[in-house]
Amino acid sequence: MEITVTVNGVERTADVEPRLLLVHLIREVFGLTGTHIGCDTSGCGACTVLLDGTPVKSCTMFGVQADGRAITTVEGLMQDGELHPVQAAFKEHHGLQCGYCTPGMMLVGAALIQDNPMPSDDEVRVAISGNICRCTGYMNIVKAIQAAAQASSGATVDA
Amino acid sequence: MLPSRFEYHRAETLDEALSLLAEHGDDAKVLAGGQSLIPMMKLRFAYPGHLVDVNRIPGLDGIEETDDTLTIGALVRHRALASSELLRARYPTVAAAAPQIADPLVRNLGTIGGSIAHADPAGDLASVMLALGASVVLRSSGGERIVPISEFLVDTFTTSIEPDEMLTQIRVPAAPPRSGGTYLKLERKVGDWATVGVAVSLTLSNGSIGRAGIALTGVDLKNLQATEAEASLAGAEPTDDAFEQAGRLAAAAANPVSDVRGPAEYKRHVIEVFVRRGLAQARDMAGAA
Amino acid sequence: MASDTEQIRGLGHSVRRVEDDRFIRGKGTYVDDVKLPGMLHMAILRSPYAHAKINGIDASRAQALDGVVAVVTGELMAQHNLAWMPTPSYDTQAVLATDKVRFQGQEVAAVIAEDPYVAKDALELIDVDYEPLEPIVTPQRALEPDAPVIRTDKEGKTDNHIYDWETGDREATDRAFAEADKVVSLDTFYPRCHPSPLETCGCVADVNPATGQATIWMTSQAPHAIRTVFALVAGLPEEKIRIISPDIGGGFGNKVPVYPGYVVATAASLLLGRPVKWIEERTENLISTGFARDFHMHGELALKADGTMTGLRVSLLADEGAFHADAQPSKFKVGLFGIVSGSYDLPAAHVAATGAYTNKAPGGVAYRCSFRVTEASYLIERLVQNAAYELGIDPAELRKKNFVPKDRFPYESATGFVYDSGDYQAAMDLALEKIGYAELRKEQEEARAQGKLYGIGLASFTEVVGAGPHHQYDILGLAMNDGAELRIHPTGKAILKISVQTQGQGHETTFAQIVAEEIGIQPEDIKVMHGDTDNTPYGLGTYASRSTPVSGAATAMVTRRVREKAMKIAAHLLEVSEEDVEFHAGTFSVRGAPDRTKTIQDVALAAYTNFPDGMEPGLEAVYYYDPPNLTFPFGTYAVAVEVDPDTGVWEVRRMVAVDDCGVRINPMIVEGQIHGGLTEGYGIAAMELITFDEDGNCIGANFTDYLLPTAVETPRFELGETVTPSPHHPIGAKGVGESATVGSPAAYVNAVIDALRPLGVTNIDMPLTSAKVWQAIQDAKALA
Repeated sequence: MEITVTVNGVERTADVEPRLLLVHLIREVFGLTGTHIGCDTSGCGACTVLLDGTPVKSCTMFGVQADGRAITTVEGLMQDGELHPVQAAFKEHHGLQCGYCTPGMMLVGAALIQDNPMPSDDEVRVAISGNICRCTGYMNIVKAIQAAAQASSGATVDA
Repeated sequence: MLPSRFEYHRAETLDEALSLLAEHGDDAKVLAGGQSLIPMMKLRFAYPGHLVDVNRIPGLDGIEETDDTLTIGALVRHRALASSELLRARYPTVAAAAPQIADPLVRNLGTIGGSIAHADPAGDLASVMLALGASVVLRSSGGERIVPISEFLVDTFTTSIEPDEMLTQIRVPAAPPRSGGTYLKLERKVGDWATVGVAVSLTLSNGSIGRAGIALTGVDLKNLQATEAEASLAGAEPTDDAFEQAGRLAAAAANPVSDVRGPAEYKRHVIEVFVRRGLAQARDMAGAA
Repeated sequence: MASDTEQIRGLGHSVRRVEDDRFIRGKGTYVDDVKLPGMLHMAILRSPYAHAKINGIDASRAQALDGVVAVVTGELMAQHNLAWMPTPSYDTQAVLATDKVRFQGQEVAAVIAEDPYVAKDALELIDVDYEPLEPIVTPQRALEPDAPVIRTDKEGKTDNHIYDWETGDREATDRAFAEADKVVSLDTFYPRCHPSPLETCGCVADVNPATGQATIWMTSQAPHAIRTVFALVAGLPEEKIRIISPDIGGGFGNKVPVYPGYVVATAASLLLGRPVKWIEERTENLISTGFARDFHMHGELALKADGTMTGLRVSLLADEGAFHADAQPSKFKVGLFGIVSGSYDLPAAHVAATGAYTNKAPGGVAYRCSFRVTEASYLIERLVQNAAYELGIDPAELRKKNFVPKDRFPYESATGFVYDSGDYQAAMDLALEKIGYAELRKEQEEARAQGKLYGIGLASFTEVVGAGPHHQYDILGLAMNDGAELRIHPTGKAILKISVQTQGQGHETTFAQIVAEEIGIQPEDIKVMHGDTDNTPYGLGTYASRSTPVSGAATAMVTRRVREKAMKIAAHLLEVSEEDVEFHAGTFSVRGAPDRTKTIQDVALAAYTNFPDGMEPGLEAVYYYDPPNLTFPFGTYAVAVEVDPDTGVWEVRRMVAVDDCGVRINPMIVEGQIHGGLTEGYGIAAMELITFDEDGNCIGANFTDYLLPTAVETPRFELGETVTPSPHHPIGAKGVGESATVGSPAAYVNAVIDALRPLGVTNIDMPLTSAKVWQAIQDAKALA
């Protein structure tokens, strides 16, 4: 089936089997390997991408469902060569160790701070509760997302 | 595992979807959020020959209230249920349950129609709708029928839907004044299925209980309406003793299995605790309403 | 070039990580990101049975499927002598099953196809004729005389017993117990859990048909050791094998062993002349790769009436699974479990251990265990807590009373470890102060009066890492030494090549900091290379927290070697004798004439352009480090919980962790390691479990059953530190990667038990699910 997907602002076309998972469309057909696979029961969130700005598990969607829609992957976070505030914050606050959950975490964080410019510790934790991390214990991920929110809005954040 | 092959159809209108279902019958599944279906297909527990993607059909994602009915479109995502001001204000059982479904990523795509049609006894929304006395609207090319949810849910993963039908709407009797409700869920972690879930809804009328709805998640072959517990409360004083009694009746009616989430006896005990706590919270809400 | 005012960001600086630059852009290269021309995809067929004979395999339908290139069975592997492979514990493990399957999930056949979806389709088309046998799902059953023999492949094997092993002084211990005023005992099971890194295991094997060169990208924490093993197992010449560990998405010990998938993929690539990629699914990872723990332990503590500990006695039964594949120093059948006397001055101790085969996946030494230190630390800290209750002494006081005092180091324990340094009292005092222990105890009393269940749990662990001195520590005979190679370039930048392999620990940054500290080049000017066996010095890899103690030491030493030469060149440039040259933070100066200086960058250039006559040009060195001893990080963790008596649900109200890992190279990274370990410890204490039903079905083989904590369940952590350097380590560092996973489970469990003490509960085995907590309350009430 021929599909057209806008990926990180660029229209891409592909001819794929309906059963091809969106995550494989992204990784294998479009060659963007920043989106990762961590499980086989939709339970880890490593595959998170933004679908029309909303975080979804790309392993639990078929590529054909994204026809005519817009996907943002981690590769699309930078704008005009500048790091997204979330990316900069993750590095500044040691929000990553092995880096495998990081793309998903950052995309969820980016979507969150667009809707909620001053997320509390609890709100961030709920927002990332579909994303598993084995390395960081989440402390610095929460800190990074709150710092990104602050950097984006200039407002102070209550922990 | 990866899914086996299937043919994919994207319906742009409801009529298109219904005619596809009529054509392919048993071999077709509706693809809405896909958050239950696709994991099953990846495990090859489900292998439909045809998927009918209904996500682009307009008009199925509204939440509206008239004088006597709340209608929720089948394609309303869990996330929209959780953020609805209307539901928070007037249908707190739904508002309490929605944010506890699965995880936030699933809630972004999962739909109420899909959840109820899937009929997983560990699914939260079917219990909520049982407690609220809801009905489902089933459409086919041939017409439409409205089925009370208590009849719609037949068995584990089994409803009375026909192969050529699609669930398009959930209808809930409009909440009377002085209503309250909540959803209490015990889960081992976010994203796990409920060890026990309890949906309660309570209306007060002249100081005593008008109507009580109590339904249970994860403790029987299907979502269970605790009818004896409900009956014990109708017309009664909303006391802690009455709530304890209701809890015992609800626990007795359930058939939990002993499994990794705990022994059956534990689950029955939690039912009692949650029914008691939930009714007390509902009473406080209804009293304040 | 460092100015007078610019500090060298060496030890103690929270330098931001250089590796982050690629990860935050999604530009990491994990093994599944590797794509080679002509690459094929491999999927493994696994046994549904825990124990069964294989009467035949028919792969014809699979072979006929369009897109399938080959189906590999045990029979084919056997023709190349590859159906079995050696394990680090001198046992053998099946690569692909031939006669029998011995655990659910065991590898039976492999499909090689053009497309990964087709490979999965083909798995369903392989027909295996299984004849089920009685599965053995407990080590106790395994050792019964009438139990079916699992390892019928081992000639003459008539039982499921693997080993008996002991350490300590049995006689002295028996005497201590005979004379004790009080004996406290505990039976506890540390259940099977799994490291479950977010990235599963996998490889891309590329054997070039023309040259015979095998390049294997592999999720491996120990690429050099794996290369040597591959050479021995596969009969491929070692110089023709290149193992590349690219970016690894978490290891935690899961990525140390050689897995059958690696061997089959390599063999397939050799036979087919094309690269073969194998990436396991999560289910495969959980059901078949190196699990952790599974120790049934009986511990006894002998004490005087005043609480002085006099003896410790442990007997334990290890469930090793179907093949004995523990990756640990070969002289130690239960790793470094002998550290079980922990932080306490115990004059006598004895451990007796037995290992048994069961119909489960092989493994046992994994998940940040420091070679079984997790099990030992858990046991002693639970025993000490219960002893405090039985003696009526506060658990903090009982610990303090028995701590090895700080002036007794180096301290030789009753099981022969020589602890390098420690100040257990200081860590404990800081933890108690930070959590407000006295106030919490008061609060607990008030809460109890209202029927609320508040608990406070402590764990004061001493663990042991950094294996190790070559006389005592080897894996398959290979000494556990690691190397470092440093070259300074003409323009004053540097490249450091190390033999260890980061999986998130930040080596590209921290090891640069070690060099920076020693030679005064900023860390961002030092490139750190690792993971490619053709391009790095030999070493045994990263696990058991050994990178900083061993490879970090090698790095410091190699930099000193380079600095020695640099001094000579500086003297030449400054036209003074070497004794008159002083070095500080990248600057060489003349003693007595401090304005006469040369920078390390000046010296570097000179090494290639203007070096003394008779001196070998260049500025580089290599150093292999054989540690003189292990290192002994320690700490005290304190946890405050509340338990809901109606549901058994427990919540952490406060969690304070005071760690002492000696000198901290990068405090930010150290804290990150601790956060991660405290979370794994929480997961283990609260929810992580691999278990088996009576048919040998594995429950816990996917994330629906094997529960990992999300950000919502995970507690918030408050960290503190003390710093007691290691006297024998070149930079005084001890390593910290596993401390929190070692020390924290007991702290969480002790807190819940403390909350339930008034109800008469004395033990609950992990994981402490709400159901188990509730059941323990009911059982205690029934006894009351």
